[in-house]
Amino acid sequence: MGHLSYEQSKSLATKTIVILAIITVAEVVFALLGKGYIVEGLHFPAFLMGSVMIVMSIVKAYLIIYEFMHMKYEVPGLVKTVLLPTLLLVWAVIAFLAEGNYWNNSRAANKNAVKTEISDTPK
Amino acid sequence: MASDTLAHGHDVAHTNEGGSWKGGSEPFKASYGKLMMWYFLLSDAFTFAGFLIAYGTLRFSVPTWPVPDFVFSTFPGGFHHKPLLFVTVMTFILLASSFTMVRAVQEGHQENRSGVVKWMLWTIVGGIAFLGCQAWEWTTLMGAEHMTIKQNPFGTHTETGVYLMGDGHDIKEGDAFKAGDSYLIHQHDGKFAPLQYKVTEGPDAGVIKEQQMGPKAFGALFFFITGFHGFHVLSGVAFLIIICLNAATGLYVQRKNGYEMVEKIGLYWHFVDLVWVFVFLCFYLL
Repeated sequence: MGHLSYEQSKSLATKTIVILAIITVAEVVFALLGKGYIVEGLHFPAFLMGSVMIVMSIVKAYLIIYEFMHMKYEVPGLVKTVLLPTLLLVWAVIAFLAEGNYWNNSRAANKNAVKTEISDTPK
Repeated sequence: MASDTLAHGHDVAHTNEGGSWKGGSEPFKASYGKLMMWYFLLSDAFTFAGFLIAYGTLRFSVPTWPVPDFVFSTFPGGFHHKPLLFVTVMTFILLASSFTMVRAVQEGHQENRSGVVKWMLWTIVGGIAFLGCQAWEWTTLMGAEHMTIKQNPFGTHTETGVYLMGDGHDIKEGDAFKAGDSYLIHQHDGKFAPLQYKVTEGPDAGVIKEQQMGPKAFGALFFFITGFHGFHVLSGVAFLIIICLNAATGLYVQRKNGYEMVEKIGLYWHFVDLVWVFVFLCFYLL
């Protein structure tokens, strides 16, 4: 540290927490909106809901890691040794969701039934 | 601290005259404790990722899954039908405690002992409040709704139909439902009382069926993952208390690295908050 003054650091922390709070509210409102709790009958497709939520959570993760945990001010080498391995998790997520989907299909095929795909509809 | 060996300003190890290898220089300009905390957090991130990926896989592998805004819609004080409100409050509590932790670290840099103690105390309050909320959530799910790691009474309809009986709660006889609608099987006298319904559309139209319990994995995954996270919050609170007490007694005033211990536990606390962001995402939003 020693790059920002005490006052600057305080105001930056305050700004960051305000942004985090706003994003959290936006996430929840978006989730409820897309499921029809706010506007009766409204229903967003699962793909849109999923992508928006995931992007918002990644922005929150960035703010927490880079500002609160000070990653932004660390030496680039440290940043890489911590963050690059987590990119492997992207591979893991894709692989395992595909696996789960395969299990679902196998279940349906074995039961000789139509694969049931239920999307939650508004109450 | 290590500025004499870092004349180039980059982090490649120098081999000149065995300078760096004699010790006393810090790779990545970070102390041993801070660096190891980062690597511990990286390993812990993989542990949580393993759990959350297992959750995603199992969720994708079954035809229906409890809808979060239906399951998590209670609020202390007897409120129902307030989807996601309580968990949003929990998220705010943890975010606020992260902010107070940042302030504690900043006060540490100013070597302001009372400031450090004050902001750490607020962080501890936030942590305990979060744990209290999680305890309430668990008590409601287990005690009132009877979800355990082996049974899950939250189900989702796969067909459209009409109920042939009421359950004394939200459902009345004759209520219609669509495929995708959620339900909770209530208990009467300690036993589950699934409702009977008649299917009105599709290949089984006219058939009378009974509500089925939801996927078993839901309960197990929910309690294990939130439990593991809660355990991290609990241990975090324990460490925060110890370090806060240490700071209060002036232990860090004498140290060469000052209030760096506060920074290190701060990293752990932000990690706990970060994991919650993803648990919140996977369990409640998606």
